Amino acid sequence: MRVALFLTCVNDTLYPETGRAVVKLLTRLGVDVDFPMAQTCCGQAHYNTGYRHEAEPLARHFSDVFGGYEAIVTPSGSCGAMVRELYPRMGERARAEGRGDTLAATLAPVVPKTYELTEFLVDVLGVTDVGAYYPHRVTYHPTCHGLRGLGLGDRPRRLLQAVKGLELAELPGAEECCGFGGTFALKNSDVSAAMGADKVRNAESTGAEVLCAADNSCLMHIGGTMARLSTGMRPVHIAEILASTEEEPAA
Amino acid sequence: MSGTFVGMPAFPEAAHEAVNNPTLRGNLRHATHTIRAKRAKAVAEVSDWAELREAGKRIKDHTLRHLDRYLVQLEESVTAAGGTVHWAADAAEANRIVADLVKATGESEVVKVKSMATQEIGLNEALEAEGIRAYETDLAELIVQLGKDRPSHILVPAIHRNRGEIRDIFTREMSEWGRPAPEGLTDTPAELAEAARLHLREKFLRAKVGVSGANFMIAETGTMVVVESEGNGRMCLTLPETLISVVGIEKILPTWQDLEVFLQTLPRSSTAERMNPYTSMWTGTTDSEAADGPRNFHLVLLDNGRTDTLADEVGRQALRCIRCSACLNVCPVYERAGGHAYGSVYPGPIGAILSPQLRGTASEIDASLPYASSLCGACYEVCPVAIDIPEVLVHLRERVVEGGQVTREGNKVVLKPSKGHAAERAAMRAARWAFTHPGALRGGQRLASRTRRLHPRTLPGPGRAWSESRDLPTVPPEPFRDWWQRTRGGEGGAK
Repeated sequence: MRVALFLTCVNDTLYPETGRAVVKLLTRLGVDVDFPMAQTCCGQAHYNTGYRHEAEPLARHFSDVFGGYEAIVTPSGSCGAMVRELYPRMGERARAEGRGDTLAATLAPVVPKTYELTEFLVDVLGVTDVGAYYPHRVTYHPTCHGLRGLGLGDRPRRLLQAVKGLELAELPGAEECCGFGGTFALKNSDVSAAMGADKVRNAESTGAEVLCAADNSCLMHIGGTMARLSTGMRPVHIAEILASTEEEPAA
Repeated sequence: MSGTFVGMPAFPEAAHEAVNNPTLRGNLRHATHTIRAKRAKAVAEVSDWAELREAGKRIKDHTLRHLDRYLVQLEESVTAAGGTVHWAADAAEANRIVADLVKATGESEVVKVKSMATQEIGLNEALEAEGIRAYETDLAELIVQLGKDRPSHILVPAIHRNRGEIRDIFTREMSEWGRPAPEGLTDTPAELAEAARLHLREKFLRAKVGVSGANFMIAETGTMVVVESEGNGRMCLTLPETLISVVGIEKILPTWQDLEVFLQTLPRSSTAERMNPYTSMWTGTTDSEAADGPRNFHLVLLDNGRTDTLADEVGRQALRCIRCSACLNVCPVYERAGGHAYGSVYPGPIGAILSPQLRGTASEIDASLPYASSLCGACYEVCPVAIDIPEVLVHLRERVVEGGQVTREGNKVVLKPSKGHAAERAAMRAARWAFTHPGALRGGQRLASRTRRLHPRTLPGPGRAWSESRDLPTVPPEPFRDWWQRTRGGEGGAK
């Protein structure tokens, strides 16, 4: 199977270790993974801030870059939800604006082939035990677009529960938003920061060393809040936990 | 909508104070979390909830699609049952109609059933200007009215108050409006409720005119339906001689059978009750002295921006709303910002999509409401009529930043992009250019990586909003794509 890694612009620029972890993990599971160099951004920030027309060229670019692959895997619930939920909506809106079916037809091929990482592991590869080893106490925060947009359900937790050495602690109020919300974090920074602080306090109460999620944008906000509140906890992307092994443990 | 909210600052400034008020945060956190958990339990009991939700959505969509027909049918039914129908295009017209109707009775006071529509049009203030006193009889509305306060929630408008604050308001203010609070009133719920009961009873027995809204109007019979849980509504609807109901035009249901769906979904979504305690239904007038119910009934059908909202393909779904408040109770932004920050009688997620449609996006508060959400989607998940609130929020953001065609007072007008977003628009355009030119993106990433040791720990301009409360991520020595090109995924260029 020809699988493309859609890393996302945020991960590519700020969190390359998450990308390396995905490559290591998928390679270990026998997947031939490629990173198309022309990839950039799915357009989510544009779309969700109200710039749908600016997001359209980015969606078309995404489709050009990834259309030829059998599967597209992304370690981001919200970017995955952008492609799966909102690309079809962009096509519909263009049609409603009298611009015909071109955009819908251009975007349609990539929609069903795009998987968030934990979905790809559980649904496509059919594995929950990926042979990982991570001897730490971890709590898991289900990010909103993965949880309510993609419907990831218990897939991430099942993967974490199968990790050797990992002790999974229940996060109180797990399904409440962390307060990131893209440009919301800047436009409504008071409310965003208050939501982040509450999330971090709940995470602290679990006694875990690590808060894990499947979205680095949310982790950037949660982690930034943890550092500011000097909690001693750290944020780690789920890919890095699943990539960690006894031979090559993650830090 | 209500003049009370004129000149509200934008949402972020209004929320700033609430976020930093520990009493308010505590009150809201306790109340929303309690009702949130109860709702989840009440909904989980119903095995066909998803089907009920879909049915509610379809009934509302069908009715809105054929609203012209159903409104005429309703007028005929209400008239046939002895009532009189009045049509109000906006708040001013509705207020004038109600004031004239009250004056025609020769009365100078009215008792009110809790009603969002009359709050929306600022009826109490309009009546006061005409020398008519309106008494709120819902317990929470009474607290708000006595406290010279504004409602902060659709269902529990005094949610921002705790028991001690309510005791103080009753003790201080009740005597001004009628029967004073009992001596030595404590803050126990039973004593507070009894104080309100005694205070209100004399008003119910004296009033000749009642003013209400309605949760539903049945087109085939002309029946009004009020769903409430204190019994005060039943008193206001049955005791006065004249009843004036002000109802938004979107509250119609075609048939009695349709009501069945909403009498299941509304109580569980709003108060987490299996069945609503007081469901009052009245059809027209009664003509016997001995019978309960009004001898004169007036229905004021209120548009006030609804037809304009209906013209918008994406935004019109907001008109499905049955005012249950489930979206408020589950919203993490509402929980921290409180209801007043939304600058409208419709706070929370539904308010953030209703107000900018009913009032337009010209004011600072209305233009900021579509951004008062992290788009977490919890509101859509609990909505009993499946309003995709995040979809409408994003649609309204687009209206603010890109402008475009909207309907205002029945006319198609083209809005200009908002000036306040000029810098953001330029940044979005620049980002779009970079993201469609991978070479430019890579250049930017490399520049960021090479200058990483020089990056400040706090950001200037709009970025300061980030670094004030959160540390910045450190830029890595190289972006992923450079590592990939160097190593081809760790395989030393094997592929």
